[in-house]
Amino acid sequence: MSTPLAIDVKGLTKRFGRKVAVDHIDIAVPQGEVWGFLGPNGSGKTTTIRMLCGLLHADEGSGTCLGLDLRTQSEAIKRQVGYMTQKFSFWEDLSIRENLEFVARLYGVADPRRRVDQTLDRLGLTKRQDQLAGQLSGGWKQRMALAACMLHDPRLLLLDEPTAGVDPKARRDFWEEIHALSAQGLTGLVSTHYMDEAERCDRIVYILNGKMVTRGSVAEVIAESGLVTFTLEGDAVRHLVQEIQGKPGVDYAGFFGAALHASGRDRAALEAAIAPYRDRPGLTIFESPPSLEDVFIHLQEEAR
Amino acid sequence: MNFSLRRAWAILVKEFLQMRRDRLTLGMVVGVPLMQLFLFGFAINLNPKDLPAAVAISDPGPFARSIVAALSNSSYFKIVEQTNDPVHARRLLQEGKVVFVVEIPPNFSRDIVRGQRPDLLIEADATDPAAGSYALAAFNQLAATALRDDLVGPLAGRAQGPPPFNSVSHLLYNPESNTQYNIVPGLLAIILTMTMVLMTCLALTRERERGTYENLIAMPATPLEIMIGKIAPNIAVGAVQSVIILLMARFAFHVPMIGSLGLLAGALAIYVIANLAVGYTFSTIAQSQLQAMQMTTFFLLPAILLSGFAFPFMGMPVWAQWIGEVLPATHFLRIIRGVLLKDNGFAESWPDIWPLLLFTVTMGSIALLRFRRTLD
Repeated sequence: MSTPLAIDVKGLTKRFGRKVAVDHIDIAVPQGEVWGFLGPNGSGKTTTIRMLCGLLHADEGSGTCLGLDLRTQSEAIKRQVGYMTQKFSFWEDLSIRENLEFVARLYGVADPRRRVDQTLDRLGLTKRQDQLAGQLSGGWKQRMALAACMLHDPRLLLLDEPTAGVDPKARRDFWEEIHALSAQGLTGLVSTHYMDEAERCDRIVYILNGKMVTRGSVAEVIAESGLVTFTLEGDAVRHLVQEIQGKPGVDYAGFFGAALHASGRDRAALEAAIAPYRDRPGLTIFESPPSLEDVFIHLQEEAR
Repeated sequence: MNFSLRRAWAILVKEFLQMRRDRLTLGMVVGVPLMQLFLFGFAINLNPKDLPAAVAISDPGPFARSIVAALSNSSYFKIVEQTNDPVHARRLLQEGKVVFVVEIPPNFSRDIVRGQRPDLLIEADATDPAAGSYALAAFNQLAATALRDDLVGPLAGRAQGPPPFNSVSHLLYNPESNTQYNIVPGLLAIILTMTMVLMTCLALTRERERGTYENLIAMPATPLEIMIGKIAPNIAVGAVQSVIILLMARFAFHVPMIGSLGLLAGALAIYVIANLAVGYTFSTIAQSQLQAMQMTTFFLLPAILLSGFAFPFMGMPVWAQWIGEVLPATHFLRIIRGVLLKDNGFAESWPDIWPLLLFTVTMGSIALLRFRRTLD
């Protein structure tokens, strides 16, 4: 027990009718770390995040956010958490400044005008402050949303797919910002579908059908999967995917860029499966460390 | 582009599918009109009967008894009070508890016997001229025949020819039976109900449809703070509307304004807030803006039809009057007509002010209880 935990929940469960959206999930994020929250669409990421910030009542489970009880102190939690919704949820008929000042006043920030000035300046939004939020492009909307959930100096950020639909440069800038904030002691839980973003996190949590499947650092998750991956490169590779996919020993074959990845848990079987292709002209085959994406697709395929 | 029946068909099919998904809206489209048909069909009566009347008897002779009996037997009057104090009877009229006061003057019987044709006075509350017109016509009829059975023996001669007394009717508060005096203040009530409920019925529904609701409740605002913040700006809108309509009433329709405008302003404020609270409550229930609008119409129709605005309140069956008593428009109509036309003060208006207050508080509480602080 070194650093205190910013999020510490156990057995978090949420049902919608008969469907179990989140099924006994445990998350323990130490203060100051940034954790990636991964999983396919509909796996329960948004539901989990909403339970953490008090927008949904958990059917089962207990725990604390910032040391406050999730069940009884959700109003106090709201005041110290910055939550960014998956869908842009600011007022499109208000300008950037009006949106930010509104948020600042709701949180009771002292001198909201000056605070908004500083935030606009820091995020490079000063020139656009009078633009209506609805007219902003995706990247700017996302910047504004981040600015808004930072206004009250939260101690914990819950970001639900903050970079969905945002261009690569804007995504980079966004993560710079997240890391800068984390260096100041802010904790973050960020859901994403981007592997490069997952790799920038201290730890990742992967959930599937509401259940936690794996968690740890990227290296740990990859090692724990026990996956072996071979990369096939060359002009001829394009036509091979169907063929290789069906072979015994190949759990999953798919393209990563122009290269074909063939992965499996059973090394011997996998090597046997690709042996016939080793001597093909124009084809290079080599073993490569499995990427996070290989692992996740493998987990998802396995669950089917 | 040429017209294609198949494309039009494709759109039709899609619309039907979407319509079918939205069960609540569909149910309201079918169920609400049916309910309204029965409600208003049975409630509205253009020839109001059983209108409450008071009799002030200063001469309790046999003729007075016969007249009271005749009134009681007629279907138009329901005698709710008999008194020997004309001032008290007048006060009942002022408070709107009765629509008519029949005054039997002192020495009524003696004067009839002497053949002096005393006056039989009926005073009618003419703030709603339509309400009493049939009953007034009936009064003159039945008064003429009421004493026929009493005029026997030496008085038999009086039974012939004109009635042995003079029936005099006074139209109080609106002597010329000017319908506008009644309709124009009523319109203020109806227009305010329509616009105020409409203004707030989308308050939360719009946030929900635009996806900003999640953000709003993720922030530390309490339901009461949100409600007050959303209702308050519309009070100003209501104030502007009221001033415009009252100015028009005064200068375009020449509606008399004899009562206290300060009292009226106070009642207006409560009435506006009451309606805003209704709209806000709708917005906590409605799932879509369409549903919120449907609820608003659902509220507006009874406010027009059962409040005494379009049809005489006293002419409705008792169950419909009870529904009417729940509506803020009913009470506000009485207040504004009373203040403008009858010079009612606070004391006379209070019986209608407290129900407005009670309604407002109740609605506000329902809205707060309905408000969901989570997305569950």
